[in-house]
Amino acid sequence: MVLADPPRARFRANKESVVANIMIRKNDTGGLVFYLPKRDLEDNISSIEFDSPAKWGGELKLAGGGTYYIEPQEAPARLPISVRAKRLDSAE
Amino acid sequence: MSTLTREETESLIQEVLEVYPEKAKKDRAKHLAINDQSIEQSKKCITSNRKSLPGVMTIRGCAYAGSRGVVWGPIKDMIHISHGPVGCGQYSRAGRRNYYVGTTGVNTFAEMNFTSDFQEKDIVFGGDKKLAKIMNEIEGLFPLHKGISVQSECPIGLIGDDIEAVSKKAAKELNKVVVPVRCEGFRGVSQSLGHHIANDAIRDWVLSNRDGKEFESTPYDVTIIGDYNIGGDAWASRIFLEEMGLRVIAQWSGDGTIAEMENTPKAKLNLLHCYRSMNYISRHMEEKYGIPWMEYNFFGPTKIEESLRRIAAFFDDSIKEKCELVIARYKPMMQAVIDKFKPRLQGKRVMLYIGGLRPRHVIGAYEDLGMEVVGTGYEFGHNDDYDRTIQEMGNATLLYDDVTGFELEEFVKRIKPDLVGSGIKEKYIYQKMGIPFRQMHSWDYSGPYHGFDGFAIFARDMDMTLNNPCWGKQVPPWKLVKPAEEVKAAA
Repeated sequence: MVLADPPRARFRANKESVVANIMIRKNDTGGLVFYLPKRDLEDNISSIEFDSPAKWGGELKLAGGGTYYIEPQEAPARLPISVRAKRLDSAE
Repeated sequence: MSTLTREETESLIQEVLEVYPEKAKKDRAKHLAINDQSIEQSKKCITSNRKSLPGVMTIRGCAYAGSRGVVWGPIKDMIHISHGPVGCGQYSRAGRRNYYVGTTGVNTFAEMNFTSDFQEKDIVFGGDKKLAKIMNEIEGLFPLHKGISVQSECPIGLIGDDIEAVSKKAAKELNKVVVPVRCEGFRGVSQSLGHHIANDAIRDWVLSNRDGKEFESTPYDVTIIGDYNIGGDAWASRIFLEEMGLRVIAQWSGDGTIAEMENTPKAKLNLLHCYRSMNYISRHMEEKYGIPWMEYNFFGPTKIEESLRRIAAFFDDSIKEKCELVIARYKPMMQAVIDKFKPRLQGKRVMLYIGGLRPRHVIGAYEDLGMEVVGTGYEFGHNDDYDRTIQEMGNATLLYDDVTGFELEEFVKRIKPDLVGSGIKEKYIYQKMGIPFRQMHSWDYSGPYHGFDGFAIFARDMDMTLNNPCWGKQVPPWKLVKPAEEVKAAA
């Protein structure tokens, strides 16, 4: 008997579109810092797609490579903020 | 022996890995690295926070050790129940030397062991009733306790006891804080997850207890977070924070109380010493209460001065002024310490293998004494720890994560450092090998090492160990090779 969808492959497929809680905070120099607690990934954000009071978020590019996506939303009144982020492209 | 070059270090790692089977070799290779300061992200050179290989000896602890031993244990006016069989609590009791003020057994309890002492019947029928009963017993026997925490041992998670329900009920009955902590030892790969779980328990059960209640605050309220007061460390740090004009409203968790923890959200700045064990709660407070946090380093005068200036930068000019006064006042004292010990320690090489913050934080203190750290590693560090370490360490020095007993021994044999700093399980191995050793987990029964006062003790201890005459007496007299003339004269 051949399984149409082996469990192992399904597991991997899920991992590709990983959604995780992340925290965005400001560092000493005023730049944005990305923090992914599950993977202890702390990195400076080199660019954010939307950065206006009405629309904030979109694609986040990290300094060390890797891209994450957060739903565009109103700019938070205060940082840090915890949001759900989708991994588009990881560094490794 | 001179310092190894990059190529030599590389071949040393390969040589050490040679004994492992293919699969283990591949896995361990990822945990050993040569420091390269040009790398910004540690994940490019070293893997950390992974499960140890079965069959090798490492010195990691478990989640229960991280929660009961490290984060919760030192909170002195609470009673921490080691919930489960008796051993976990009894064999880890009072070994960490977190000093505190109070009368043990009356109003403070940090050195004592409280356990529910699980027997077979508790495993079969569940231990919730027993837990409720001992909480009442505690209230009767130790009425001055300010709260209870339930530190789960492995069986609790396996049999599915509902410690949360018992705790909630008891909290109502006793009208005190009762915190269930799900820190079963099997969770995670090391004690590190225990720290995280303990932080989360503080967040969920303690931190918001006094929200909205009045608190007489000043603009200079700070907290010391992640200082476990080993040998009095936190006291030595607190002294000059107060001299600077700051008010320390909480100490976490060495010599700490539950009231201090509940008051922490009223602080203006959280000062974080042990990043590994308490960054979680600092990040949480930054988000929820808008309290900034700052990592500082109180080992050795260079780092202390740097940290003090950075702390002062958060406040107004009066603090900055006093900060400079404090630095100026201690400078001659520190110079005297350096003048005395540096000539005796200059050029000595150190290898470290410890946990938490020390593998990177003490580097500055050694450098102040003219010593060089040639190898360092964390028992349970994560990527972010190594990110911070790479910048502190010299180029081509050795980094080892979750090193095995065998690897560390081989590294020490080849690198031949003048001093090894690690834990008690390593101490006697290296002393028997004839290498001076300091137990750096609890400062080898000395301390404090934090702060200006601590540095003087640190320097003295290092000198005492390194220049101890015993190291010249490792060879018994009958095996001594005497110079030829002396032999002739005797004959």
